[in-house]
Amino acid sequence: MGLIALALVLWAFGWWLNVRLAGSAGAGTQAVKLAVPVIFGATILIVWELVVRGLEVPLVILPAPSVIAVRFADSTAILWADFMQTFVKGALSGYVIGCAAALLVAVLVDRSEFLRLGLLPVGNFMAALPIVGTAPILVMWFGFDWESKAAVVVVMVFFPMLVNTVAGLRETTAIQRDLMQTYAAGYWQSFFKLRLPAAMPFIFNGLKIATTLALIGAIIAEFFGSPTVGMGFRISTSVGQLALDMVWAEIVVAALAGTVFYGAVALIERWVTFWHPSQRR
Amino acid sequence: MRAILAVLTVVAVLIGFWYAAAVPMNIKGVLVEAERAGAVVTPDNGAERRAMSPWALILPNSFAIPATWAQDRPRLPAPHQVAVELWETTVEKKITSKRSLVFHGWVTLSATLLGFAIGTGLGILLAVGIVHSRVMDMSVMPWAIVSQTIPIIALAPMIIVVLYSIGVQGILPKAVISAYLSFFPVVVGMVKGLRSPDAMQLDLLRTYNASRAQTFWKLRLPASMPYLFASLKIGIAASLVGAIVGELPTGAVSGLGARLLAGSYYGQTVQIWSALFAAALLAAALVALVGLIQRMTLARMGMTA
Repeated sequence: MGLIALALVLWAFGWWLNVRLAGSAGAGTQAVKLAVPVIFGATILIVWELVVRGLEVPLVILPAPSVIAVRFADSTAILWADFMQTFVKGALSGYVIGCAAALLVAVLVDRSEFLRLGLLPVGNFMAALPIVGTAPILVMWFGFDWESKAAVVVVMVFFPMLVNTVAGLRETTAIQRDLMQTYAAGYWQSFFKLRLPAAMPFIFNGLKIATTLALIGAIIAEFFGSPTVGMGFRISTSVGQLALDMVWAEIVVAALAGTVFYGAVALIERWVTFWHPSQRR
Repeated sequence: MRAILAVLTVVAVLIGFWYAAAVPMNIKGVLVEAERAGAVVTPDNGAERRAMSPWALILPNSFAIPATWAQDRPRLPAPHQVAVELWETTVEKKITSKRSLVFHGWVTLSATLLGFAIGTGLGILLAVGIVHSRVMDMSVMPWAIVSQTIPIIALAPMIIVVLYSIGVQGILPKAVISAYLSFFPVVVGMVKGLRSPDAMQLDLLRTYNASRAQTFWKLRLPASMPYLFASLKIGIAASLVGAIVGELPTGAVSGLGARLLAGSYYGQTVQIWSALFAAALLAAALVALVGLIQRMTLARMGMTA
């Protein structure tokens, strides 16, 4: 019972500290803005550890963070192999292929008004559908290895990317387009110098949405069959063996990969669209 | 009018592509069957055929093209096969039958709706807390945003096993996953919405000497509705994905996800495709329903867009 009491006390202390920090004069500074969520996250981890130890929660229900950390450190080789298989081979190659294909189709769609009228509602409709369901079909067509996972990812990222890019390419105002016309700019000149840069915030919005979808698609596709490596494979088999510490270690890997992937795209966005109002600080 | 024509053209072209793609996808299987039935197949050696590209097989065996659209277990079923299967498993089967897609769809839909209700309710509560408490805003909001970048689906199999081991099974574990997936879009959208009234509007309420509760009910909540409905549309689609994915790792016997999984085990492609279309129709119907409620609500509030 002592550990539970300690957890409650620590929780109260962390909250009190955050209340003080948020109410203090320096609440607007970068340091406090960083410290408050970090304290919150750390308190949750500590309370989780203490509660699991205090109530003696069995491992099959919820392992303590320290157990997960030990498992993570012990099996870095397995986790790395799974990461390479699922993220680098499956998710990343599918992401690149899917986004590139969507960009090309978006340029085609943009050139024809009829195609835009017809394809955009269909694309919007497809973007809302549970496309992960295509995973069993694509695994059947492309085999168990990473090619089928990449295919699932391609299908999943294609429509959100297409819809965003087409919307972005229409973002320029009539005055800007008329100006390009008075310069006697051809289609491709005004495309590369005016419309593509103007579309960048939308394109990056699509790219950011697609990062999460890519990882989800690659993991779920492995539930339908995979070689004996990969994050989805490890999660489903470890759940079967009730090795929940391994499952949590994979979830940590997935969380890190997802966050870093998203962060990388957001950094590139800041570098490319530095002129956009949303990037002002 | 022109838009409808354009959409119909695009859909017709897609269906045309689909029929065309079914020929090279299925031709090898069809030729094997045709040879067994005694027909003359042009390269009469099976091993030779396997090495050839499917495109090269179509022309010399053009008699087999109709059969590629009528195979029993095709690699790619033709659109009409899927349509027939959908019709047979929804309209012609009793809805209590284990083979009825209405029955499986209802299993998934009930988990989706329960999870969506839980997730939306908790999401709105958390958003209200975040808007009114500076500490919660500073400590919870960054994690809510980070959590958007995490493939939360990875948790699904674990949630099911954990809840099973403490004796909870059936609809609830799937609903928990659905709730989890619809929770964060609602939080993020609702926070944005509750903050959307500008300083002038807030100052006006201050000059009226409105209390915090009055400001909330009369200004913030109405102002947040467009944002809330935008998130609800994302959330309900995510809920359905959650419910379907929740059926995968346990080997559930009912639900659309279970139909997908069973179809992939037994190579029943037509079954997979019909379950997929049922899920798509369900998602479209749910999103349309939220859109309808949105239009009605906003119209009642005098915000017809």
